[in-house]
Amino acid sequence: MSVQSATPGALPSGAVPADTVVAPGAPGGPGRRSGPGANGKRPPHPTARQMRRNAWIFLAVPLALFAVFMLLPMVIAAVISFTDYAIVGDWTWVGFENYTRIFQDSFFWIALRNTAWYTLLYVPLGLVIALSTAVLLNRRRGAVRLFRTLFYIPVVSSTVATATIWYWLLNPQKGLLNVALGWIGIDGPAWLYDSQWAMPAIVLMSVWAGFGANMIIFLGGLQGVPGDLYEAARLDGANAWQQFRYVTLPSLSRTTFLVSTLLIIGAFQVFDQAYVLTKGGPGNSTVTMVYYIYNKGFGALEMGYASALSFVLFVIIIVFSLANARLSTPRSESGERRRTRRSTRKAVSER
Amino acid sequence: MTAIDSDKVGSTTGGQPTKARPQTVATPTALADIPRSRPRSTRSRIGTAVWYVAVTVLSIITIAPLIWTLSTSLKPATEILAGALNLIPSNPTIDNYLSVFEDVPFGRYFVNSLILGLGGAVTNVFFGSLGGYALAKLQFRGRAGVFALFLSSLMIPGIVTMIPVFLILRGFPLLGGNDILGQGGLGMLNSYAAVIVPYAAGAFAVFFMKQFFETLPDELGEAARIDGASEFRIFAQIYFPLARAGMAVLGILSFQAGWNNFLWPLIVLNDPDMMTVQVGLSSFVNNYETNFGPLLAGTVVASLPVLVVFIVAQRYIIEGVAHAGGK
Repeated sequence: MSVQSATPGALPSGAVPADTVVAPGAPGGPGRRSGPGANGKRPPHPTARQMRRNAWIFLAVPLALFAVFMLLPMVIAAVISFTDYAIVGDWTWVGFENYTRIFQDSFFWIALRNTAWYTLLYVPLGLVIALSTAVLLNRRRGAVRLFRTLFYIPVVSSTVATATIWYWLLNPQKGLLNVALGWIGIDGPAWLYDSQWAMPAIVLMSVWAGFGANMIIFLGGLQGVPGDLYEAARLDGANAWQQFRYVTLPSLSRTTFLVSTLLIIGAFQVFDQAYVLTKGGPGNSTVTMVYYIYNKGFGALEMGYASALSFVLFVIIIVFSLANARLSTPRSESGERRRTRRSTRKAVSER
Repeated sequence: MTAIDSDKVGSTTGGQPTKARPQTVATPTALADIPRSRPRSTRSRIGTAVWYVAVTVLSIITIAPLIWTLSTSLKPATEILAGALNLIPSNPTIDNYLSVFEDVPFGRYFVNSLILGLGGAVTNVFFGSLGGYALAKLQFRGRAGVFALFLSSLMIPGIVTMIPVFLILRGFPLLGGNDILGQGGLGMLNSYAAVIVPYAAGAFAVFFMKQFFETLPDELGEAARIDGASEFRIFAQIYFPLARAGMAVLGILSFQAGWNNFLWPLIVLNDPDMMTVQVGLSSFVNNYETNFGPLLAGTVVASLPVLVVFIVAQRYIIEGVAHAGGK
C-alpha cells in the first residue's frame, strides 16, 4: 500500500500498466519496485504467469458453454438468414433477398415504431422509479426491510401471472385501475381495447413488474457510496438535492450504466406482455419486433426471414446501447469535474 | 476506506483506480462547530413522517393488485363475478386451491420448476463468480476481448439463438439415443439439462459479477499476493467471502429467472411429466379463461417459492456490497 500512496497523481489514471501493480508481489526486491519507468519490458513474473493461467481456468466453463450455445447458434442463425429454411422440406440459398425484403415490409416498420415507442416510455420511467425507490429505501431503519420486500414482490411473479393479474386489473368497467381513477373523477380509457392506450398500459404493467429488481441493483450501488462524501457535502452546505446530484449520481454512474443497459436491451425484446395481454392488437398497436419475428418464424414458419429480422433487431439494439454508453459516461465525468472544482474552490477560500 | 473512495470517485471507464488524493475532508474541529442535536430533531421528525407517507403510498400502489389477486383466489366463483372489488371475501373458501392440485399434477410441476430454478442459480453463481472475478481482478492478455464478447452477447436477442440452440440440443452426440454424429435420438431434449446446461454460465452472470468484483479494492488481493498466496486462495479466501452480497443478489435473480422461465421450457420439455409451473399455469389460462378463482390461486402458488427465497436471503442483500471491502 505504501508503494501506491508514494506516487499520488504522478501518472494519470489508467496509465499505470497492470504489471507494475503486480510487481511488488514478485521476488524482484526493492530495487525493481523503484523503477516504474521500465514497465512493459520486464519478463513475465511467476505470479503474472500464474495469474494468466488461472484466469483461463476460471473462464474455461463459461467460455466453453459460450462457444457451443452462443457462438455456434449465431453462425447457424446467420447461415439460415440467407436461405428460405422452413424446418420442413427443402431449402435454397437466396442471398440477401431476406434483408432487402425487410425494408419494403410495412409490418416491419409498424413493429419497429411500436417497439421504439415502448422503449421511449419504459426505459426512462423504469430508471427513475427504480433509482428513486432505492434512494428512498437507502436508510438504516427497521421498516426498510419490510418495504423493500413489498416493492420486490411484483418481480417475483412470472409474466404469465402478472399478465393475468393486469388483464383483470385493466378491465375498462370492473378493473381496479379505472375504478380508482373514477374516485378522483377521471374517466379511465379502455386501456387494452384502445389502440392509443394499449401500449402505455403494457408499459405501466412492465414498470410495475420490473422496477423492484433494478431497485435492488441500485441499492447495492448505493451501499457502496462512502458516507464521508455525504458528510463532506453537508459541511459544504449542500442540500438534499445537491447531495443527490453531486454525490449520489456520480458515485452511481457504473450502476446506472448497468441498469440502463439492461433496460434498453430488455425493452427492445419485449414480447411476453404483448403476447399474453393483447396478441398484438388492437389495430396492430402492440405488435413488437420480437412478436413479429415470433409470428414469422413459428407462425408462418419463414425461419430464414425471421432470422434476418432478428439480426436487424440485433443491430438496432447495439446502436442504442452504444449511444447509451456515450450518453452516460461523459455526463458522470463532467459531474465529477464540477465537484472537484467546487471542492478546490472551497479549499482555496478556506485558506 | 481510501481504496473505496478513490475507486468510486475515480475514472468510471474501467481503468485503474486513481490514487487517493489529499482532500479537504472535514477536520475534527469543523465537525465540532456544528450544533447537531437541537435544530435537527424537529426537522428529522418531519422528514421521517414524510418518508413513511411516501413509502406507504408506494407500497399500496405496488401491493394492491396482489392483495386483490389473493382475495379473489379465496372467493367462490359467484362472488368473483358479483362483487369484484370487495377485498375481504364474504365467504372465504380454499376450493380454488384444491382444484388447482386436483385438476392438474401441479405438485409434479412444482418439483420440476424447483430443480430448474435451483440448478440455474447454483451454476450461474458459481461459474459467474469465477468468470467475473477473472475479468475484474486478474491480468491477462485478451481480457478486454473476452469481456466484450460476453457483453455483446447480452445484446443478442434471445430469439436469434432459440432455433439453433434447439437444433444443437436435439443433435447432441451420444446423448438421449443419439449416435456419435448426433443422429437417431432426441439428444438432450426432454431433460432438465436441456434447460440448465445452455444457460449454466450466462453472460449476465459473468457481467454482473465482474461489475461487482470491480467495486472491491484491488489492494486486498495485492497484499495477499505479496504474502505469497496462490491465485485460487486469493479468490476463495479473500474475494469470495466479500462477494456474498453480490452472489446472493445474482442467485436470487437466477433462481427467479429459472422459476419464471416460460418460453424455453415450453420448447424443449415436451413430456407432460417434465412440465413446469409456468407452462402448467399457461395451460390453465387457456382452459379456465373466465374461471379466475383457480387461475389466481395457481398464480399465488406459483409465486410463493421465489418470494420465500427472497425473504430468506434478504440478509445478504442488506449487507453492504462495497462496504464489506472497505472496512
